[in-house]
Amino acid sequence: MTYTQTQDSSIGRARHHDDEDALRLLESDGTRVAEPTLDPWVSDLSPHELRALHRDMVLTRRLDAEGVALQRQGQLALWAPCRGQEATQVGTAHALAPGDFVFPSYREHGVLLGRGAQPADYVLAWRGEEHSAYDHTTINAAPPQIIIGAQSLHATGWAMGAQRDGSTDVAVAYYGDGATSQGDVNEAMVFASSFRAPVVFVCSNNQWAISEPVTVQSEFPLAGRAPGFGIPSLRIDGNDALACVAAMRWALDRARRGEGPSFIEAVTYRMGPHTTSDDPTRYREPGEVEAWAERDPIARLEAYLRAEGMLDDGGLAEVARAADALAAEVRAACIGATTRAPETIFDHVYAEPHAGLAQQKADYAQYLAGFEVSR
Amino acid sequence: MTALTLGAAINAGLSEALESDDKVLLMGEDIGKLGGVFRVTDGLQKRFGAQRVVDTPLAEAGIVGTAVGLALRGYRPVVEIQFDGFVYPAFDQIVCQVAKLHYRSNGRIRMPLVIRIPWAGGVGAAEHHSESPEAYFVHTAGLRVVAASNPQDAYVMLQQAVASDDPVIFFEPKRLYHSKGEVDLDADLSDAPPMHLARIAREGTDATIVTYGAQVRTALDAALAAEDEGISLEVVDLRSLSPLDLNTIAASVRKTGRVVVTHEAAREAGLGAELVASITEQCFEYLEAPPMRVTGHDIPYPPSKLEKHHVPDLDRILHAVDRVLDRGAGAVTAAATPAGVRIDGGVR
Ligand SMILES: Cc1ncc(C[n+]2csc(CCOP(=O)(O)OP(=O)(O)O)c2C)c(N)n1
Repeated sequence: MTYTQTQDSSIGRARHHDDEDALRLLESDGTRVAEPTLDPWVSDLSPHELRALHRDMVLTRRLDAEGVALQRQGQLALWAPCRGQEATQVGTAHALAPGDFVFPSYREHGVLLGRGAQPADYVLAWRGEEHSAYDHTTINAAPPQIIIGAQSLHATGWAMGAQRDGSTDVAVAYYGDGATSQGDVNEAMVFASSFRAPVVFVCSNNQWAISEPVTVQSEFPLAGRAPGFGIPSLRIDGNDALACVAAMRWALDRARRGEGPSFIEAVTYRMGPHTTSDDPTRYREPGEVEAWAERDPIARLEAYLRAEGMLDDGGLAEVARAADALAAEVRAACIGATTRAPETIFDHVYAEPHAGLAQQKADYAQYLAGFEVSR
Repeated sequence: MTALTLGAAINAGLSEALESDDKVLLMGEDIGKLGGVFRVTDGLQKRFGAQRVVDTPLAEAGIVGTAVGLALRGYRPVVEIQFDGFVYPAFDQIVCQVAKLHYRSNGRIRMPLVIRIPWAGGVGAAEHHSESPEAYFVHTAGLRVVAASNPQDAYVMLQQAVASDDPVIFFEPKRLYHSKGEVDLDADLSDAPPMHLARIAREGTDATIVTYGAQVRTALDAALAAEDEGISLEVVDLRSLSPLDLNTIAASVRKTGRVVVTHEAAREAGLGAELVASITEQCFEYLEAPPMRVTGHDIPYPPSKLEKHHVPDLDRILHAVDRVLDRGAGAVTAAATPAGVRIDGGVR
């Protein structure tokens, strides 16, 4: 569904939690279909690029499985699984240019992969060693956001800066369907629209905000809200990697041409629990999960690539090996992590020296040293 | 008496409140089918229906702001903020609206609102899930701020908070959610001590430890350890952080002559500062040693692998006890402060 202006309130109401009216290029079985809004944006994708898309989705899934396993083994305190959302994350991230900057939520493992995150970057925060492990300047990604929706304003501000600098870099805010209820997300749309900021809002509508179905957040399709702020939007099939690349290219192109913000609602599904502490059996039916399993994003792209002769068993085996290798690296980074010295908790609170805190640090170091003496 | 966890005791208190007044309603994220992320509201929606136990959109300012309107309409909303760190989006509604409407309306508007906040750290949680924001609320006139430290208090104080015509910030120490205690479910509420009174959690004669929330448990452990060394510690559980029950605190300090205040929140302008100032004003001539604070450091809550260095433990409390008792071993802070180092705001 394309929303370019405020829609009649009857549109999409009943089915907006489903993906039936979402734009797509690949059917669930991998059949390529024509879609005039999206088609032009992927006509140039080479077999190599398509295979890379598939590869990164497989890697993301493997990384995610490893995160869950490491949590179950007590190596991580928590993990937020992204299984099912690989196409949305990898597809949109693949469309980005190196200079673009992403503002992710805690679940965007595939986006970080696309930005070049290193194995340790994925696990140190979940292990409780760091709040954010990666250097935002090397992968052009802000620290993963936990406060729901806050990053949408940061992305907008970054975009306002890019605009002032005369650059064509674009900011991207990733958040979930639940986040659209937050004031911050709505305020971000106001600012983005008023200032024509080059920002793309990618809403991964994975149907659930912990236990709350998307219908608790909205009676109306989320993509239908953006036009009310003056922001054009697309409602796409978030399990279709091609549609995700296409929609993102559409939005990025608008931003780079000075046309301002865009909103993408990627309709997808969170296959696993909200986090490893969550118990989804309390609030959702197994039938629903099974139905979405049939729309699996990786199987879909795989079927398409096979049908087109772009991927064979050999290619798949190679991708599986790469995925295993990444998982092993992530595991090694996790298990090999050492907890830093206690005094370091006082570091980086301020950028400039702070006499009181320096004193607290010294006092605490002295206090700890007392134990070593008495032992 | 029934043995209940602190979480179950709050559930029982909420259940009682919903049962006894049909104007009471619960609002929050995931509180219905899921029973809240800590299962504190487990089963309540099933029992009282989705009109009384309301799953809300994911918007804290929205939850508190609409609760204000419901209160204006005669309801008594009990809202759940999912985690301490997520109360900040609602901060404006709480400090500008909830806290001030009674005053602004010359007493015509009541705000019988309870804001429940699973609170503080020590459970290995992710960033923003272990905050101790109590001082922000204590600093705001018009709010009552309470913290339960055991199942019995949690059960009773929750109902008292709902019954109060003032807005109450109700802090629930999440690291005690699963700890059990005896709860008298049949006791007459009117016989229970009011929630604004502190409680002597343990009697002692050598020094007083003043604390609240989960630190009560740590302080009691410290008192037990001190006993082995022949030191008798009294532990005061504040229960109410605003208003403070200074009578109970002062009576204890006058008895022991020595005081250590401990809390998990950062030190600077924390509740400890207020307590030490008030104790000094009221008990100066009884004090045998300067009051001491044992608090979280003035840092953001650290990653969970390092949180044990932030949350004051038994050793840090005993270290301070040694100092107020003048038992030599202390004096660490004094020794670590080289002569001539001026600790002031000048460099900040
Ligand atoms: C301000 C704030 N409130 C509450 C939470 C607790 N919380 C964490 S994730 C979540 C659900 C988010 O749902 P959604 O935005 O749809 O993203 P998803 O997790 O489904 O990717 C909630 C309520 C939070 N992190 N921040």
